[in-house]
Amino acid sequence: MFKPSNHLLKKEIRENNLRGALSLMTFFLFLPALIIMFWLFIKGFPVLSIDFLIQDPIRGMTAGGIFPTIVGTFWLVIISVIVSCPLGVLAALYLSEYAKDGKRTRIIRLAILNLAGVPSIVHALFGLGAFVLFLHMGTSILAASFTLAVMNLPVIITSTLESLKAVPHSFREASWNVGASKLQTIRHIVLPNSFPGILTGLVFAVGRSAGETAAILFTGVAFYLPFLPQSVFDQCMSLSMHLFTISTQVVGVPEAYPYATALVLILLILSINSISVLMRSYFRTRRKW
Amino acid sequence: METKVAEASPLTMEWRKKKSTKPVSEKILEGLIKAGGYSSIILISAILFFICKEAFPFLLNAFDFKNFFFSTNWNPASVNNVSYGILALIVGTLCVTFISMLIAVPLGLATAFYISEFCSPRLRETYKILIEFLAAIPSVVWGFVAIMMINPLIIKTFNVPIGLNILNASIILALMSLPLIVSVGEDALRAVPDTYREAAEAMGATRWEVATRVLLPAAKNGLLAAALLGVGRALGETMAVLMATGHSIQIPKSVFDPARTLTATIAAELGESPKGGEHYQSLFAIGLVLFIISLIVNVTADHLIRGRKK
Repeated sequence: MFKPSNHLLKKEIRENNLRGALSLMTFFLFLPALIIMFWLFIKGFPVLSIDFLIQDPIRGMTAGGIFPTIVGTFWLVIISVIVSCPLGVLAALYLSEYAKDGKRTRIIRLAILNLAGVPSIVHALFGLGAFVLFLHMGTSILAASFTLAVMNLPVIITSTLESLKAVPHSFREASWNVGASKLQTIRHIVLPNSFPGILTGLVFAVGRSAGETAAILFTGVAFYLPFLPQSVFDQCMSLSMHLFTISTQVVGVPEAYPYATALVLILLILSINSISVLMRSYFRTRRKW
Repeated sequence: METKVAEASPLTMEWRKKKSTKPVSEKILEGLIKAGGYSSIILISAILFFICKEAFPFLLNAFDFKNFFFSTNWNPASVNNVSYGILALIVGTLCVTFISMLIAVPLGLATAFYISEFCSPRLRETYKILIEFLAAIPSVVWGFVAIMMINPLIIKTFNVPIGLNILNASIILALMSLPLIVSVGEDALRAVPDTYREAAEAMGATRWEVATRVLLPAAKNGLLAAALLGVGRALGETMAVLMATGHSIQIPKSVFDPARTLTATIAAELGESPKGGEHYQSLFAIGLVLFIISLIVNVTADHLIRGRKK
C-alpha cells in the first residue's frame, strides 16, 4: 500500500495548522461586530420602548424619545432614493446597453469609481456649495437628500449594472431578431428580467444612506428642532446626527439614551439590509435561467 | 476599381427609411439614457468645480503654499495671529491611516484568502453576508463605540489618561475598512482562472502552496488595489475619526497622543466659521486636498485592477 512519506505528513500537518489559524482569524474578524451588537443591546434595551420611539426629545434632548429623528431619516432617505434611482438606472442602462468599449466608457467608469471614493465630508462640501448656496435650496431636506443622492449614485449604478449584465445576451438577441428596437428590448426584456436585482440594490442603497452623517451635516440636518418638518424646504433631525449630538455635544444625557439611539439606528439599517439579502436569495431561487 | 452596389428593392428602401426614423419618444428616451450615462462625469466635475469655487478666494488671497503645507500652526479663528498650516492635520491623517492599515491589510487579505480558497461554499455565503452587515454599520455608530467602549478599554489596558487617541481611531478605522479590503481582495482572488489552481494541484501542490506560490503572485495587483481602496476609505472617513481621535492639533509623538485629521477639521469647524469668510474658504481648500488625494488613490487602484485583467 502507498504510504505517505514523512515529508508529506509534515506538510499535511502544517497545512492543517495554517488552515485552522486562518479560519480562526476570519472568525475573530466578526467577533467585534457581534460584541458591539450585544453590548448595545444590553445597555440600550432598558430605555427602548414604544414611548421612546414615538415621543419628542424634551428638556434639551436629555429625556423623551427620538420620534422626529426617525421621521427626518425617512424623509432624507426616501427623497434621496427618488432622486438617485432614475439617474442611476439610466446610467447603468447606458453602460450595459449602449456604451462601446472605448476611452469614453473608461472615463465614465473611472468617474463612477471616484464618485464612490470621494470622502463623505467632501460630498458635504459639494452639497453646501452646489445645492445650499448655488441653487438656493438653503439648508433643507431637499439639499441634504440631493447630497445623499450623489453619494448613493455609484452604489446604485454598480448594483444595477450587475443585474443588467446578469440578463443573458441571448434574450436581447432574440428580441432584436423579432424586430424589436433597442429601446423596446430594454423595456420589455432587459428591465423586467433584471428588476429584482435593481430593487435589491436600491434597498441596499437605502440602508447605506440611513446611517450617513457627515454628508448631511451642513446641508439640511439640525441638532434640534421643536417641530416636525412640514415640507422639503424645512430642516429636519436625523437618527445618525442625533446619536452624534447626544453622545458628544450635549451634557447631562442619561447614559442609556445614546445606547438606545445607536441600537435603533443599527437595527433599522440591519433590517433594511436583511430585506435586501433575503430578496436576493429569494429571487435567485426563482430565476428561470 | 469601382464596385457597383445593387439597387435596393422598394421594400428594403422603405424598411431602411423606417429604421432611420425612430419615433420621437424613443429618441428622447435614448437621449435621456445617454445623458444618464454621462451623469457621473458631470457630477465628479461639478464636485471639483464647486469646491474650487468656494475655495478660490482663499487660494488667491491668503494661500501660501509653504505655510499651508509645511506649517503645523492651524489657527484660522484667531483675531490677530491667523495661520493656515495643515501639516499637523496631514500628519494626523497619515498616522491613523497607516496604523489602521497595519492592522487591517494583513487581516483583511488573510480573510480574503480564507473565504475565497479554503472555506466551504456555504460558509463562504454566510461570511459574505456577515461582511455586508459589517460594512453597513454606520460611521457614527463606530464613533460612538470608540468613545464608549474602546476609550475605557485603552485607558484600562495601557494605563494612560485618555483613550481618545490615535490608537483608538486606528482600531476603529481598521474595523471599518476591513469589509472593503476583504471583498475587493476576494474578487481579485476569484478573478484568477481556475486553470492556475488545477495546474498547480496537478503538480502536487497543497492548497496552501497554491495560495501562497500561485495565487498570491497572480492576484498581486488586485490585492494591492484592495489595500489601496482600504487606504482611501480610511483617509476619507469623517465621523468616526472626529469622535475617536481626541481632537487636538499637534504632531503626535506616540500612538497614545490625540491628533486631528483633515476630514475631522472640516466637520468640526465648518459649522462655526462664518459663510464666505477666509476660514470657511480655507476649509474648502482642505476639501480640495482631500478630493485630490482620493482621486490619486482611486485612479491608482483602478489602474492596478485593470492591469491585472489585460
